[in-house]
Amino acid sequence: MEINDIIRPENKVYSKPELLNEVHMHYCPGCSHGVIHKLVAEVVAEMGLTEKTIGVSPVGCAVFAYNYIDVDWVEAAHGRAPAVATALNRLYPDKAVFTYQGDGDMSAIGTAETIHAANRGENIVMIFVNNAIYGMTGGQMAPTTLLGQKTATSPYGRRVDLNGHPLEITNLLKELDGTCYVTRQSVHTAAAVRKTKAALKKAFENALAKKGTSVVEVVSTCNSGWKLSPEKANEWMVENMFPKYPLGDLKNL
Amino acid sequence: MKEEVRLMKGNEAIAHAAIRYGCDGYFGYPITPQSEVLETLEEEMPWETTGMVVLQAESEVAAINMVYGGAASGKAVMTSSSSPGVSLKQEGISYIAASELPALIVNVSRGGPGLGTIQPSQADYFQSCKGGGHGDYHMIVLAPSTVQEMVDFVTLGFDLAFKYTNPAMILADGVVGQMMEKVVLPEQRPRRTEEEIRKQCPWATNGRKDLRPRNVVTSLELESAKMEVINERLQARYREIEKNETRWEEIDVEGADYLIVAFGSVARICTKAKELAAEKGIKVGILRPITLWPFPTAAIEKAAQGKKGVLCVELNAGQMIEDVRLAVHDSLPVEHFGRLGGIIPSPDEVLVALQEKLIK
Amino acid sequence: MKEEIIIAGFGGQGVLSMGKILAYSGLMDDKEVTWMPSYGPEQRGGTANVTVILSDEKISSPILDSFDIAVVLNQQSLDKFEPKVKKGGILIYDANGINNLPSRDDIRVVRVEATRACMEMGNSKTYNMVIMGALLEVMDYKLPMENVIKGLQKSLPERHHKLIPLNEAAIEKGRSLVK
Repeated sequence: MEINDIIRPENKVYSKPELLNEVHMHYCPGCSHGVIHKLVAEVVAEMGLTEKTIGVSPVGCAVFAYNYIDVDWVEAAHGRAPAVATALNRLYPDKAVFTYQGDGDMSAIGTAETIHAANRGENIVMIFVNNAIYGMTGGQMAPTTLLGQKTATSPYGRRVDLNGHPLEITNLLKELDGTCYVTRQSVHTAAAVRKTKAALKKAFENALAKKGTSVVEVVSTCNSGWKLSPEKANEWMVENMFPKYPLGDLKNL
Repeated sequence: MKEEVRLMKGNEAIAHAAIRYGCDGYFGYPITPQSEVLETLEEEMPWETTGMVVLQAESEVAAINMVYGGAASGKAVMTSSSSPGVSLKQEGISYIAASELPALIVNVSRGGPGLGTIQPSQADYFQSCKGGGHGDYHMIVLAPSTVQEMVDFVTLGFDLAFKYTNPAMILADGVVGQMMEKVVLPEQRPRRTEEEIRKQCPWATNGRKDLRPRNVVTSLELESAKMEVINERLQARYREIEKNETRWEEIDVEGADYLIVAFGSVARICTKAKELAAEKGIKVGILRPITLWPFPTAAIEKAAQGKKGVLCVELNAGQMIEDVRLAVHDSLPVEHFGRLGGIIPSPDEVLVALQEKLIK
Repeated sequence: MKEEIIIAGFGGQGVLSMGKILAYSGLMDDKEVTWMPSYGPEQRGGTANVTVILSDEKISSPILDSFDIAVVLNQQSLDKFEPKVKKGGILIYDANGINNLPSRDDIRVVRVEATRACMEMGNSKTYNMVIMGALLEVMDYKLPMENVIKGLQKSLPERHHKLIPLNEAAIEKGRSLVK
């Protein structure tokens, strides 16, 4: 088959979502963020929410999320995305507001904002990318870092006596009356990607229906921070992350 | 609501003025001596009348970041707190200034440092006027001396914040917050519609209506060359604000032998001291900075000409005096008198200080 | 006209609300007014005081160190504010609970048996209005009663407006107690 045959429209089986901007992503090859960004861009466009979506980006690897998805964005201070999203939701109740946060943003510096926004049942979507490490600053320990996991600030492996236990923030959020949908997904296989997309769609539907806060955790890889190849990182995630952070719906009202 | 004459506390006046301004949202956390702001708003339930959002946040940090989010979306939003709580807000204020957003922050300040007292203080002058948070930025800082000014400065603060897309602060103290006086509340202004907001704030992150190009509010710029340009733009705006918006009040400055510079409630105590001084044949003029930033440097330089000395009276250990000294270039003696930790000096004390420090 | 007044007593004696009614009454009579309370923990069970200034002119300082009239309702307040009454000024006190009597002879001292009067009237809730009656009686500035009623209406929540006649009676009682 010639190249010109391949690129004919009737042969097209896949294309970049219209809401993904024509810029190079700064993410490392193999990183889960790119896939998750693509899913957010697809869901927003497919649900017809391009004109009413406002994203709130975090501090962390996804700090530049606003460069990649073609909707309005507010870049929040570290951990404060749920507070920013709260105001947007209250002041524009008909808009679709989501936060996009990593494990440090969501479950370390921003724990108070996370819990209280969810507890108030703000009609927002919280997308939580959990890769058990601080990627942006060079691979330090996160609240979700596993016991024994080596990071720049736990060079001999995380220890309970020194560092405490891995924090399962999503399990905490499930217990709050303000949340309507709490799920844990991943994007390491085609099937998992489809499930995550369905979860995001449901979360946005909940926000528009004013059902309360929806939390979509995506258990992710950080092959750079973990110092593994993308393929090995996926294997490591399945073997080590999933037992601690099992996939599936934790709450679905 | 029509214009109305009422007797109320400064804190209550802030709340009523916000509603009548057509404020879109208030986000705050209780702290003495300003909790009446949030209490009054909750009692008035403006969400039932004007549609204004009122939310008790989980912390001052959350509250200022709610303000940041609301301001980013073009809404007229505000918060209020007192000194320790305002310290917590500093990071958020820096973001608001860096992102060139309009917002109103009220500090009914109290004695510090640390948890300090709950009594009146002006020890947050440096924090309010010289930065507070990180980076080169300024807030427009308004210092009310009456309950009426608490009302008027809500309007002025919001108007200036939107005119220059820059945060404005009302730096009050416990006296102005807790005191009741006669106030004229202005007529209710309607809140702006979403269309009006889109027109006034084309940069607002309120959704890509009609598929307009996306808006992004951020203070992040990793390229130093671009960050310098952003800084230069901010600085140019600050020079413009200095040129256009410096405000002060003078009382009997001409013909006086001594000048007292004081702001907020203290300026009123000094005015009484001036009356007591006149009874003793001492001619005193008062200059009250209304904007603490931009500071009325030229006005003070002019007012000090031909005087025998300047007394700076502040509820702190000597903060504004630095700006007064810069204004008069060592051309005459400049002395400081202040009480610390929440103590308010009486008019007599001010007069004694003037006599001891300048007349001798 | 200018009246610089301090009202001081225990928290719960209605010191702040009396000041508020006085200030509102002045406002209804077209005066400039300020009401500056002591505030904070001392309100809870301790002493409370409020400075009220009524004036024809714009008021400068809401904080004062001497007063035309001091209304003191406990011993601590009497001890604290008797020296701060201006020469020729007025000190109003309730004899109840006062062991050390006022001693100055360069001021007018007015003793009001308000606690006793309230017991006789069988209503302790209007105690502060009895005191206010005495204050209105001795003040140089004669605040018209109709404006005091308006002040009561403005400062009391509407659900308490039915109590206004009772308050009015208490004020009249207070006036009659001044000798």
